[in-house]
Amino acid sequence: MTDDLDIIRAALRDAPKPDPAARKNAIAAAMQNFDRMHQETAAPARPIHDRSLNAAPMKGLAKMFRTLSTHPFLTATTSAAALGLGVVLILPQQDLAPQGQPIAEDVALLEQSEPMVIAETAAAPAPAATSSPAPETAARPSPAPGMTARKMIPSADAAAPRRSAPLEALADFGTAAPPSPVPDQSVPEVPNSDAFANAERNPVTVTTETPVSTFSVDVDTASYAVVRSFLTGGALPPSEAVRIEEMINYFPYAYPAPGDGQAPFATHVTVMPTPWNSDTQLVRIGLQGRLPAVADRPPLNLVFLVDTSGSMQDAAKLPLLKQSLALMLRQLRPEDEVALVAYAGSAGEVLPPTRADQPDVILRALDQLSAGGATAGAEGLELAYRIAEKMTRPGEVSRVLLATDGDFNVGLSDPDGLEAYVEKKRRGGIYLSVLGFGRGNLDDATMQALAQNGNGIAAYIDTLQEARKVLVDQLTGALFPIANDVKIQVEWNPAAVAEYRLIGYETRALAREDFNNDKVDAGEIGAGHAVTALYEVTAPGSPALANDPLRYGEAAAPAAQPTEELGFLRLRYKAPGETKSVLLETPIRAEADSVTPASETNFAAAIAGFGQLLTGATYLGDWGWDEAIALALSARGEDAFGYRAEAISLMRLGQVLDAN
Amino acid sequence: MAMTLSDETLAKAAATGDRAAFATLLERHYDRLHALCWRLTGHQSDAQDLAHDICASLPAKLAGWRGEARFTTWLYRVAVNAAHDQRRRQAVRNKAALGWGDWEVNRQADIAEAAAAKDWLAAAMATLSEDLRDTLALTMDADLTQAEAAAVLGLSEGTIAWRIAEVKKRLRALATQEAIQ
Repeated sequence: MTDDLDIIRAALRDAPKPDPAARKNAIAAAMQNFDRMHQETAAPARPIHDRSLNAAPMKGLAKMFRTLSTHPFLTATTSAAALGLGVVLILPQQDLAPQGQPIAEDVALLEQSEPMVIAETAAAPAPAATSSPAPETAARPSPAPGMTARKMIPSADAAAPRRSAPLEALADFGTAAPPSPVPDQSVPEVPNSDAFANAERNPVTVTTETPVSTFSVDVDTASYAVVRSFLTGGALPPSEAVRIEEMINYFPYAYPAPGDGQAPFATHVTVMPTPWNSDTQLVRIGLQGRLPAVADRPPLNLVFLVDTSGSMQDAAKLPLLKQSLALMLRQLRPEDEVALVAYAGSAGEVLPPTRADQPDVILRALDQLSAGGATAGAEGLELAYRIAEKMTRPGEVSRVLLATDGDFNVGLSDPDGLEAYVEKKRRGGIYLSVLGFGRGNLDDATMQALAQNGNGIAAYIDTLQEARKVLVDQLTGALFPIANDVKIQVEWNPAAVAEYRLIGYETRALAREDFNNDKVDAGEIGAGHAVTALYEVTAPGSPALANDPLRYGEAAAPAAQPTEELGFLRLRYKAPGETKSVLLETPIRAEADSVTPASETNFAAAIAGFGQLLTGATYLGDWGWDEAIALALSARGEDAFGYRAEAISLMRLGQVLDAN
Repeated sequence: MAMTLSDETLAKAAATGDRAAFATLLERHYDRLHALCWRLTGHQSDAQDLAHDICASLPAKLAGWRGEARFTTWLYRVAVNAAHDQRRRQAVRNKAALGWGDWEVNRQADIAEAAAAKDWLAAAMATLSEDLRDTLALTMDADLTQAEAAAVLGLSEGTIAWRIAEVKKRLRALATQEAIQ
């Protein structure tokens, strides 16, 4: 039967002759781009981001670099920034800003720093740019399940790249090639090799079989930003990119903060009818960290570890990163210190520890960063930690902020080794936060694992607006841990709850015995952070029960326990610097929380619904986008920063994209 | 004179700014590139667009050329990559268009597509998965050995052989089905 193939082979050999006009056009376009790239005079006929940074090694290098200072990027790169700035200017965020500077002045400051930059960059035309970017992806290890194994429950496809095998093999090709200088012509872009960490969705669990549910808190928000970036790009996010708890925790909730002399965070539990199932109930556990006392916080030592590998040259990566860090700089206090380490082909200290009252020095160093070369992340990380250790004096807080597109591990270590290293340093008192930039080879799984082991946040920054949220609004929370290794354990009362399901937190599940083991790491809560977890619970005898009773099992429902208690909530945390954990216990009663507005729980439920709609909606029944949007609309609350309004427009976008 | 130089030498020269070398490469390879694009897409107009896009992106991509593979292997990789991107973009576009209820646009497009896919070949190709289509498109190139096709896709020769067998199996199933109908 090989003649089948012979027929098709004959047919395929017979490719139609190319149209001469199309041929001429294509060749002309190619030559035009070629000329543009190799022009001696780099006159910016087009907006700056239309030109390839990798053209730099060719000719006119100094001239090209001169045009790459922050100012033109600010004007040209982020149309989203215009929106971001607009919002920023009208919002009252001065209360968090010690110097009360509106963002507009940050921009002005950047502009002022430009002349100095020209002098600097002309003198030092980044040699890194000439080294080929190719090896970085070639040697990039696939995000092995082992990476996530310590605290996440990996599944075979959890950390696996989303692309099919041949494409993955080809991925090095796309990253090796610089972005095309003609984006409008829809040229093939860097293939998308994002890898996402996720595990199987939590199933409905029968209380009599597994009465205890244990997980680590987490305040990461990266997944929400990734989801947003997909939706605004006109595509539904792949289900493995959606981590519902990160979507829920993206939003601030008006939980009352703990008073003085109490635990560093307050626990608020409430029970409400499930929006998507009238026969079940939703139990919301809300933790609110103590609000930051900005005035008397200890001095901060920040080491920015900036990935300047070739893959970072995208407008949504290094330029956005520079702007983000410049924004954050204005929020620091004079006694805070900042150091800057860049890593590409080799790691280097770009800026020695510098006090925050010398912003011009810091901004100039930032502006000099340029992308090029392969990624030697591990080496950079070691250098950053060494510097952070030198900077730390008693009573100060030190943190390494790793900014990367996730393309990480060329250099020495395997991912597991890197993770262990980060963990060791965390025990030494230096934390790590990971800021993800750009899509294309964002290695979400690695970012997650590193940040979780470094007790930090993993946030994904796609717009300047998001940079402001992560770095400015939450500066204090992100940078000042108030409780480490926060674990939650809920024991359900089988007399009141026959089945339960934890919504999200799949990658944060812990074994039951890990709860009391202080050696087992868990997430941290920073100053002012809020953490929300939702359980959907089903009462015995409810028509919504998913599992039939066992014919040969024990007769269930020992009615000894008082049934007004749905369950019992246990929390463990360590105060920063302590090694012994503290236990907090609260019964979960079937009653509403009287201090938190109902809109807060409703909004969290709407977002949980949103996340489930994006991931298959197994448990939602007829409840769909319309209902989710209506619920979110009714629960917008105060929403001073417009986060909830944005979520609602994303839900509408999701509805449209899902309609097919 | 330039015509006698090897692709690899020309590519190296073009990567450092030799205009004539780049022009020679384009002239030499456009037709093959177009043929591959046609096999990858199955449509004349898509193939034209794809070849155009690839050509337009070549100067930038060539900057990363380091002569580690044969030029054609490299070029084909770029093409397969670009074809995938094109398919993905089309999928997104179709989805967005449908979502907005713009079904008429799609109906027209479907009619046009059906006309273009009249012959059994395009129909047969359409039943194959992307992986199989890529493999088929590459191995059908008279000048490309199975080993080179494997290099383009970054796969082992064994995998290519397996995929070809898979293609045959599918085509046979298709033929049987048609015979029944």
